[in-house]
Amino acid sequence: MSTGTTKLDVVVSDVVPVNDLVTRFHFRRRDGELLPTFSGGAHVVVEMRDGERTRLNPYSLMGSPLDTREYTISVRRDDVGRGGSLFMHRNVKPGMEMVVSYPVNLFSLDLRAKKHLMLAGGIGITPFMAQTAQLAAEGGNFELHYTCRTASLGTYADVLRERYDRRVRLYHDDLDERIELDRLLSTQPLGTHLYVCGPAGMINWVRDRAASLGWPAETVHFEHFAAPQPGLPFDVTLAVSGKSIRVDEQQSLLEAIEAAGVDPPYLCRGGVCGQCETNVISCDGKFIHNDHWLSEEEHRSGKKIMPCVSRFEGRSLVLER
Amino acid sequence: MGITFRKETFRDDFTFRNSPEHIRRFPFPFHEDAYMYAVNIEPHVVGPKGSVLENLIDVDEHYVAEMQDRALVLAEDPLRCQSLPHMTLAGWDLLELLMEQQALGYPEHFTLTRDGDRWRWINRPLGIDDTFTFGDTSTLPYGPMEYITRQSQGDFCILDQRDGNLWMDAGMVTTQADWSLDFDIGMNFFEWHAPVPLAHEKGIFVRALKFLTNIQQGKPARRLNWTMTINPRLDTSPENYHKWGPDRATVTPENVGDKVHLRVELQSFWRLPRSNGIVFPIRCYLIKMDELVTQPKWARRLHRVIRDLPEELATYKGLTRFRPTLVEWLSKLDDGSVTSSGFGPD
Repeated sequence: MSTGTTKLDVVVSDVVPVNDLVTRFHFRRRDGELLPTFSGGAHVVVEMRDGERTRLNPYSLMGSPLDTREYTISVRRDDVGRGGSLFMHRNVKPGMEMVVSYPVNLFSLDLRAKKHLMLAGGIGITPFMAQTAQLAAEGGNFELHYTCRTASLGTYADVLRERYDRRVRLYHDDLDERIELDRLLSTQPLGTHLYVCGPAGMINWVRDRAASLGWPAETVHFEHFAAPQPGLPFDVTLAVSGKSIRVDEQQSLLEAIEAAGVDPPYLCRGGVCGQCETNVISCDGKFIHNDHWLSEEEHRSGKKIMPCVSRFEGRSLVLER
Repeated sequence: MGITFRKETFRDDFTFRNSPEHIRRFPFPFHEDAYMYAVNIEPHVVGPKGSVLENLIDVDEHYVAEMQDRALVLAEDPLRCQSLPHMTLAGWDLLELLMEQQALGYPEHFTLTRDGDRWRWINRPLGIDDTFTFGDTSTLPYGPMEYITRQSQGDFCILDQRDGNLWMDAGMVTTQADWSLDFDIGMNFFEWHAPVPLAHEKGIFVRALKFLTNIQQGKPARRLNWTMTINPRLDTSPENYHKWGPDRATVTPENVGDKVHLRVELQSFWRLPRSNGIVFPIRCYLIKMDELVTQPKWARRLHRVIRDLPEELATYKGLTRFRPTLVEWLSKLDDGSVTSSGFGPD
């Protein structure tokens, strides 16, 4: 249904609870063939058919890129989100047939790096699972600093320690352990690239400190998927296709557009890739911009919106779709 | 039955010719009677049987001769093939892509057998049968990119994607229209396109880069580009300008049909899976005027396109010196009748 990527017909080959919040899902190709090769940091978009509703959520691939018999993702349950993670946790069972997109990488390793310094927070560990596997196989130089709330919620901390030993450093919030960020960033060899994936606050903190300490912007990489936030329902007119739609509380604008049979391009569904950028023809109300793609100036202009994560409150909104 | 590979040369005595079947499958690049830049990119999907798009990586009757010509160029100038140190993984990606596509399209000529990372590659036209370990450079006689591009028609640029840009960080370039890998290596997309006239003002490169950085795995794209070359010479490089530049002064009304060639590049763009780079194959097709005008529609249209081409483009493409002679020659084949839209012959 999307113009964005090619689709893969898969079957859920395993569902493994990892801890109180996180469950891992394994997918294989229905035709028994190998899945496409991918690079560490790539994600797939998982299609969830939940009755009338279709949700499309991006998840990082966390298996080794060297093994394409199956794709694995880990999903953290979000009890107050829009229901995608709850659907995965409650409804997805082994043997179920699903559809996922081809892998897309918006958080790629810079292969010129002499060293890869990785900072993960919580479920932000998943892209690093694949990246460390890729680098370890090539004899790459990496170091991973991973903060989690408690040891029992340190998803894959044990696996990573076992695989990479002292190249992995763990920090537990409940023990008041903190990354000594300034010291860490000040003591890296030339040619180091920095990667961060975790909550928005952590990403902003790391980017700010790196900038202050003189790290060139092109050596700082971050994965910043915003999950679409629920909000008040609103009405939209799609001028090109001549349709009027309602976006309900738990639906993203992009999902509502798709439900009306219109297919804008997309890749990340998290406000970073820019594919679904949409022109605003007219509006009477205010935008709630949640993306990382448009500039502040574009946000203020009221002329563009990223329908995958952003919303609107007001009387009327007409889009060029 | 397979392809009958021609014995021919792209230098010295220039014995290169197209067979009648290959004239008909020539990728004529003008769908209307005028030419101007556009972002003419479309999905690279399989096209009609008997066209150059029948397979996504095309192998034709010139394959063996082109590979021999490439070997001669590399022997004289090894810098035509370069790969920066971080591009080896992308080289393996390209090796996989080209082996898979050639074996898929031409099973009578190429066979790929895989047992885990133990691979066997048979290339019958070139008499190669190698077994190697995928990912282990020490098991091949060259680096992975050089190994496979010595066995694949067309030039290949491998672009690293980072910082929202594409970087020319590896390539095999021996059949180029007057540009140099050795000069462009390490440049980004805007830097290596800097010499192109008119297109910057039209914002074409900004849009093209946005498109290219979003190319997805499993969804390659393509476009056609063109120029003209005197004599069927594949290696029209800046390094060898002294060998081919003067040819442009040798065109006379008597030898136009034999000497002047339309040179069409089928450029495609593919996301590479392991490295997240982009490979940009530039496949060159040559056709001499005598061959081209066997299709009356192409003769009429080419006359109108060359006659009306903006001066900046004619200069950039290096046509200035012989354009009047060519237009005069072609005008005799243009009766002014309406030419149907689309690329193909009538």
